[in-house]
Amino acid sequence: MSIRMRAKEQSGLVTVKALVKHPMETGQRKAKDGSLVPAHFIQQITAKANGEVVLEAQWSPAVSKNPYLAFQYDGKKGDTIEIAMIDNEGKTFDGKGKVK
Amino acid sequence: MNRREFLKKAGFAGMLAAAVSAGLTFPKKVWAAWNEQAFKAKKTPDALNKVYGTDSLTDSDKIFMQTPDIAENGAVVPITIQADLPNVESISLLVDENPTPLAAHYQIGKGLRPYVSTRIKMGKTSAVHAVVKADGQLMKATKEIKVTIGGCGG
Repeated sequence: MSIRMRAKEQSGLVTVKALVKHPMETGQRKAKDGSLVPAHFIQQITAKANGEVVLEAQWSPAVSKNPYLAFQYDGKKGDTIEIAMIDNEGKTFDGKGKVK
Repeated sequence: MNRREFLKKAGFAGMLAAAVSAGLTFPKKVWAAWNEQAFKAKKTPDALNKVYGTDSLTDSDKIFMQTPDIAENGAVVPITIQADLPNVESISLLVDENPTPLAAHYQIGKGLRPYVSTRIKMGKTSAVHAVVKADGQLMKATKEIKVTIGGCGG
């Protein structure tokens, strides 16, 4: 699981686009042998700009596989963006990037 | 600050200090509880009650949803929500016909524009609601999205 991120500033507005690799299993899909595939999905996300929390998200399994998330905030070039996530198995992963 | 508050804060600071001294030089984020009750609710009004404590919302023309009218693939339905409102506190996304309607909930921090974009799964054709809390008021915009192939593994 990894986070890919791109952040761009245009006249004071930063647009952050993040792409995460994650199966986002709903717990309702059946495998070929008919058994249920257990739920496995990202539950929470925190996005920080220069150490300050800008967005906190809670997700359900209804978010698509390999989730995409975009948001905008008032910022500038060179800001540090940090995104951290935790899934329902308690695994955490994070990504870091600079605004261009 | 009264005595009780002071003790609470002092206790928390103490815990934090203990955690830091225990070798966690990079302070791990303390995750808020995932709103399990809201995400497990089977009906839209229930989910709203669990998130906001009420299911009465006013329709607003200041909330914009950018979605396809027809989703050819229900597994990936791109949804962008934008609100032209001041002091937005949170944005929620609900899909009536999904097994659990609440798809995503966003808490908007300082400096963040009321704009979020995500891709979601939809089992079948359904009304999709964007609920926005701004200035303490609950508002929503609704859009019907037709799904030709369901996105729940089928």
